Amino acid sequence: MDALIHARGLTKQFGSITAVAGIDLDVTRGEAFGFLGPNGAGKSSTMRMIGCVSPPSGGTLRILGLDPVKDGSAIRGRLGVVPQADTLDNELTVKENLVIYGRYFGLSRADVRKRADELLEFVQLSERADSKVEPLSGGMKRRLTIARALVNDPEVLLLDEPTTGLDPQARHVVWDRLFRLKQRGVTLILTTHYMDEAEQLCDRLVVMDGGTIAAEGSPLELIREYSTREVVELRFAGEAPEIGEDAFGDLVQRVEVLPDRLLLYTDDGDALVPVAHERLHPQSVLVRRSTLEDVFLRLTGRTLVD
Amino acid sequence: MEYSLRAYEYWLTVYRRVWRGTIMTSVLNPVLYLAAMGIGLGSIVKKQQLGLPYLDFVAPGLLAAVSMQVAAVESSFPVRGAIKWNRQYFAMLATPLRVGHLVAGHLLYVSTRVLVSVCLYLAALAAFGALHSWYAILTIPLSLLIGLAFAAPISALSAYADEEVFNPLFRFIVMPMFLFSGTFFPVTRIPHGLREIAYATPLWNGVDLARHLTLGGPTLWRSLAHVAYLLLWVVVGVWLARIAYRKKLVT
Amino acid sequence: MTAFALASRTRGHLLFERNIMVYRRAWMTIFSGFFEPLFYLFSMGYGLGHFVGKIHGVSYPHYIAPALLASAAMNGAVYDATTNVFWKLRYGKVYDSMLATPLGPVDVAVGETAWAQFRGLLYAIGFMVTAAALGAVQSWWGLLALPAAMVVGFGFAGVGIGVATFLRSWQDFELVQVVLLPMFLFSGTFYPLSVYPTVLQWFVRVSPLYNAISLVRSFTLGHVTWYCPLNAAYLLAIGVVGIAVARRRMAGLLLT
Repeated sequence: MDALIHARGLTKQFGSITAVAGIDLDVTRGEAFGFLGPNGAGKSSTMRMIGCVSPPSGGTLRILGLDPVKDGSAIRGRLGVVPQADTLDNELTVKENLVIYGRYFGLSRADVRKRADELLEFVQLSERADSKVEPLSGGMKRRLTIARALVNDPEVLLLDEPTTGLDPQARHVVWDRLFRLKQRGVTLILTTHYMDEAEQLCDRLVVMDGGTIAAEGSPLELIREYSTREVVELRFAGEAPEIGEDAFGDLVQRVEVLPDRLLLYTDDGDALVPVAHERLHPQSVLVRRSTLEDVFLRLTGRTLVD
Repeated sequence: MEYSLRAYEYWLTVYRRVWRGTIMTSVLNPVLYLAAMGIGLGSIVKKQQLGLPYLDFVAPGLLAAVSMQVAAVESSFPVRGAIKWNRQYFAMLATPLRVGHLVAGHLLYVSTRVLVSVCLYLAALAAFGALHSWYAILTIPLSLLIGLAFAAPISALSAYADEEVFNPLFRFIVMPMFLFSGTFFPVTRIPHGLREIAYATPLWNGVDLARHLTLGGPTLWRSLAHVAYLLLWVVVGVWLARIAYRKKLVT
Repeated sequence: MTAFALASRTRGHLLFERNIMVYRRAWMTIFSGFFEPLFYLFSMGYGLGHFVGKIHGVSYPHYIAPALLASAAMNGAVYDATTNVFWKLRYGKVYDSMLATPLGPVDVAVGETAWAQFRGLLYAIGFMVTAAALGAVQSWWGLLALPAAMVVGFGFAGVGIGVATFLRSWQDFELVQVVLLPMFLFSGTFYPLSVYPTVLQWFVRVSPLYNAISLVRSFTLGHVTWYCPLNAAYLLAIGVVGIAVARRRMAGLLLT
C-alpha cells in the first residue's frame, strides 16, 4: 500500500511552545482519516504542516511521496484545503471565488468556468453564483470553501474542523457532501472535536492530546479497546456521591466522576440499572452505547467539548 | 446641552486613545507646507506681480484649508462608522440621548479638532513671520466657522449615503476646493464662468476673510458677508444632518 | 518590463488577474485617481504659474508637469501597495487562501508589485495624454517618459509592498504619510533644487521621488544626460530590495 501521508517523529515548535511533539502517521489512498482532540491538541498545526504552509521543526514528513519543504508548490497543487476559518475572497462573487482559485492551480479559463458551475451545483449554491460572499450564511460559506478546495480535483482533501460553528442542519448538509466525496474515492483528512462527526466520517482516526497521539484505530476499534460496550449515566439532585472503582464488583469496569454526573462503564447496562438505583438513588438514569467521547475521557481524563 | 456634552465626551474619549498618531501630522503638516510653499516656492514667485510675498499670501489660505480638511475627515469615516461599522450611535440612542444631541456632540468634537490644528498652525505662522495684524487672532473663531460649514453638511452626507461616496467626495470636491479656492493663487486667474464657482465655495469665503485678517485691514461689510455665507452653510448643514441621522437611526 | 516581466515568469500574473476581476466592478476607485495630478497642474501650473514666469527657460506648467507625472506614478503605486496589501495581509486573509494553492510568497510579492506598478502607470498615462495636449512634452524624448513612469512605479511599488509587511495597524499609516508628504513637497516638484542651500541639496538628491522627477523631466524637456540611467538604476534597485524584503516577510508571516 502506498502511504499518501507518511510522518515519523513529526514535530512543530513555536518558540518555546511545542505544538506537535513527535507523531507518527500513515494515511493511505481512499481513506477518511481523522484527528480527534480538544482545542490546542496540535491538530491544526499538524494539518498546516501537511498543507505545506508550515515547515516542520523536526522529524520526517512525506506527502504524496514528496518533501513539503522542497516541493511545497507541487504538493499543494494536488491537495484541497478547507481551513479552520474561512478565507474566502470578500471582494469577489461566489462564482469568481471558484474561478480565480482554479486559475491559481493553473486551470484554463474555459475549464475552470465549467468546473465552477459543477461545483456550485454540488454544494447547492448555484442560485447564489453572482452574489457577494459577505451576506452568505455560515453554512453556505463553509460549503463554498469546500467547493473551492475541490476545484483542482484534489487527491487529498484536508478539512480543519469543517463544521465548527454551524447549526445542526447545516452540519448535516456538509457531512452529506463529504460522504459523497468519500464514496468517489477522495482521501479525506479532517480534524474535529465532535465525536459524532468523527464517527460519521472517519474510517480511522487518532486521538490527539497535548501534541501527541494518545491512541489510533477505527472508531469501533477504539471504543472496543478503551471503553466498555455500554455506559450508565447517573444524575443527582445535589453532589454526586463518592464511590470507589470496585463499588459494583465485576458489573462495573470503570467509574468516571464528572461535575454534573457519574458514568459507570459496563458490558451489561440493563443488569446494572436496578442495582445502581437501589444503591445510589440518582435523580435520573440513562443507558447508552459507548462513544468516542468515552474513549477520549479514558485516554486524557478530560471531556472533548468544554 | 448637557446631553450633547455627553455625546461629545464619547468622541473625546476615543480621541484620547489615538491622538498621538494624529498630533504628528497636525504639527508636521503646517510646518512642511509653509516651508515648501511659503519659503521654497516663495523664492521663485515674483513679488511685484503678486503684490506681496508669497508666504504672506499662501499662509492664511493654508490655515483655512486645514480647517476644511480636518473637518471633512472627521465628519466622514467616523460618522459612517458610528452608524454602520461600530454602531456607537445606536448605543447612545439607547440612553436618554436624542438625535439632536448626537449631531451637536459630534460637531463639538470636530470643532475641538479644528481648534487644536489651527492653533498649532497659527503658532507656526507666527514663527515664520507671516502674521501682520492683531486681527489674526480672529482667525481662530473663523476657522471654527469654516470647519463647521464643512462638518455639518458632510456629516449629513456620511449619515445618509454609503461609504462609496467618500472617494468622489474627497477627490472631486474637497481636493479641487483645496487647489482652486484662492488658497495658492488669486481666483482672478480663473476664467469667468469657473471663477464664479470658486466664489460660491465656502472655502473661498473662508480664505478671503482669513487673508484680510492676517494681512490687516478687513472691511466690515465684506467680512460680514463672508461670515453670513459660512453661517448659512452651517445652519443648512445641521438641519440636513438632523434629518439624515433621524432617517438612519430612528426607524 | 520590470515587475510585469517578473510576474509573467512566476505565478504572480494570477494576482494581477484577480485584481482585474475585483476592479472591473470597483473601477470608480481607480478612475477617480486620474484627476488629482491634473488638478495640481491647473492650480499650481496655470494658476500660480502666472506669478512664477519661466524656470530655466521653461514655462512653469511645463516645468511641473513631469514632476506631477512622476508623483502620479508614485502615488498610484504606493497607495495600492501599502493600503491594499496591508488589508489583504492582515484582515482579508486573501494571501492565506492563495498559499494553499501552488502559489508561494514570491508570486504574491511579485504579483502585487506588478499590479501596483500598473496602477501607477495608468495614472501616468492619463496624465501624459493631457499634458501632451497642453504642450508640456517638448521633445521626442518625451515618448520615453512612459517607460520612465513604469520604472518609477516599479521602484515605489516594490518599496510600498516591503513597507506594507511591517505595518501593524491603520494608525501606522500616519507614518507612511509622514514620509510621503515631505517627499512630495521637497523633491523638486514645484521648484528647482538650486533653491536649497548646498547641504540640503544632497539630502534631496537621495530622495527616490527626486530621482523619479529628474528622470521624467529629462525626457519631457528633452535634456537627457548621464544622470538618467543613474536615476533609473536607483529606482530599480529600491524596487528590487522592496520585493525581496516583502517576499521574506510574507513567508515569515504566512508560513508559520
